[in-house]
Amino acid sequence: MLVDHFIADGWRVIGPRAANGAIVYEPLRSGADLPKGLIDDQQPGSYRLTDGNPNRWFDYVVGPQNWKKWLFPAKQKLWSAEKTTDGFTVTAHEESYPKTVLFGVRPCDLSAIEILDSVFDNGDFTDTAYRERRQKTFIVTVQCARAASTCFCTSMRTGPRAKRGFDLALTELGESRDNAFLVESGSPDGDNVLTALDCPAPEKQHHDAAEKATQNAINDQSCHMPDDIRHLLRDNPEHPQWDDVADRCLSCANCTLACPTCFCSDVEDINDLSGDHTERWRSWDSCFSGAFSYIHGGSVRRSTKSRYRQWMTHKLSSWHDQFGTSGCVGCGRCIAWCPVGIDITAEAAVFAKDEE
Amino acid sequence: MTKPKIAVWKFASCDGCQLTLLDCEDELLDIADSVEIAHFLEATRTTVEGPYDISLVEGSVTTAHDAERIQEIRAQSKTLITIGACATSGGIQALRNFADVKAFTSTVYAHPEYIKTLKTSTAIADHVDVDFELRGCPISKAQLLELLTATLAGRKPHVPRVSQCVECKLAGTVCVMVAKGELCLGPVTQAGCGNLCPSHGRGCYGCFGPMENTNIAALAAQLRTLGAETPEIKDLFLSYNAAAPDFSKGGQTP
Ligand code: SF4
Ligand code: SF4
Ligand code: SF4
Ligand code: SF4
Repeated sequence: MLVDHFIADGWRVIGPRAANGAIVYEPLRSGADLPKGLIDDQQPGSYRLTDGNPNRWFDYVVGPQNWKKWLFPAKQKLWSAEKTTDGFTVTAHEESYPKTVLFGVRPCDLSAIEILDSVFDNGDFTDTAYRERRQKTFIVTVQCARAASTCFCTSMRTGPRAKRGFDLALTELGESRDNAFLVESGSPDGDNVLTALDCPAPEKQHHDAAEKATQNAINDQSCHMPDDIRHLLRDNPEHPQWDDVADRCLSCANCTLACPTCFCSDVEDINDLSGDHTERWRSWDSCFSGAFSYIHGGSVRRSTKSRYRQWMTHKLSSWHDQFGTSGCVGCGRCIAWCPVGIDITAEAAVFAKDEE
Repeated sequence: MTKPKIAVWKFASCDGCQLTLLDCEDELLDIADSVEIAHFLEATRTTVEGPYDISLVEGSVTTAHDAERIQEIRAQSKTLITIGACATSGGIQALRNFADVKAFTSTVYAHPEYIKTLKTSTAIADHVDVDFELRGCPISKAQLLELLTATLAGRKPHVPRVSQCVECKLAGTVCVMVAKGELCLGPVTQAGCGNLCPSHGRGCYGCFGPMENTNIAALAAQLRTLGAETPEIKDLFLSYNAAAPDFSKGGQTP
């Protein structure tokens, strides 16, 4: 199987595994680690893994974690400094990111990685460590044949079938024990692997079956994002719905940290007790924390209302002004992993309805 | 420069937070020459007279004598830092604030007439000005070291007031509330413990007290949706930080 091919070829393969009641993205020891036969029931504030067709490898969709934790780690050391007799020396942190396959990246998450690229490596500004990780990363996408009830990639135009951005893309065809995969290449590196694997060329029936799988994932989707949400949010900063959602929101930050495109970080300097050794660390931060908007005199966004509004408006509206796309790829994580089940599409629907 | 004088004081508490301080021995040894431990009965019987540069206070005020003693300590201390749930919110013993103390003493002690105690257990900050409150039952060693380092270096400590959920997400812990329906106080509890309970598959018990911006009613409503009845919800909020105002509110869940 493909996973074993990469491992034998010296790659670190990170892919889906079942752990603690969910699908997580961790290093795989072999293809046998894949959570074959499982599906996920996702609802606002609820996620359960259950048994599906035991022959199917990829019927679950996105889990609580996301791929950014490998490309943009939750905590990373930037540099350290030592006191010397006549001052101090600074040493940049060297990390060792091995050549890595991200295996089983769904189309929505592939779009999310594209968005992270535009944030961390956009010409004007480059996070060199991020770029290096990306250059050493090979992406195997799995095209979705099923969607969770929290998925809305169709309305964000990010899925359920990816057309570019991957090195290889797999579509699982059929329900039987020896079901076939349609394998597509999206890059020269992908072409090389395809040549090495020496698979038979796909026929029309394979393309038709892939088409059917995609249609199935489209039909599964019940959440929807209004088309003009960018302007609806921009034009309604004082809409009463902001108060309504603030009554329910815990400002716990789960949505932002589960989101595959949220990129905000905090930087802190830590010294040891002696004061001779100092380190600078960067860690994920969230616009739901008070410290996030702290300037002299206090936090700018003190209320939950202002924090939720900041998050949703940035994600769906001002992200367009900043990066030229939406900041949301429709993966539904913020819906399922919100402890109180706040659904960003349901909130958006209120703005759309009041506009009619 | 003279060595900073540090004193450690105990009020009503279990000594667990002082043990966390003793557990820092390796790190403290490194600076043993540059600070003076002036008062720390858990570690040494020798005591040095005040005033003190830094006082660390563990425990809550539960007697009239405590209430006087903390005034004296404040007057002798340049910087006063409280450590642990008892000192910062009154601790588990603040459950008495919601009950009849007489009933407790007569049940627990053979000779309740010897017990002289206040009706309430209160945080140190209810009595004197406090420069920094370090949360936790017990406090975290990492946060304590950061606090001491920052205080000695004259900078602000990095002790975020975000939710426990942030620790879950940074550690990659699967949310036990969403994936298993466990009751969890994490969304209203301050981070800092090192993600202990959720990373072991249990909900958060709120040891680090309320986070910076809580929504108690919304979490209580969700706990009910997950099947908890009112008494269970009240019990969850009324534990190590029962008298922290936000958690007391949870204890009044209708
Ligand atoms: S949002 Fe779309 S691409 Fe993402 S997992 Fe769901 S169906 Fe697949
Ligand atoms: S929307 Fe949900 S996940 Fe996000 S901060 Fe509010 S309660 Fe937490
Ligand atoms: S906002 Fe929600 S649905 Fe959109 S990309 Fe982020 S987590 Fe996914
Ligand atoms: S397990 Fe508890 S603390 Fe962790 S994310 Fe879920 S609700 Fe928050």
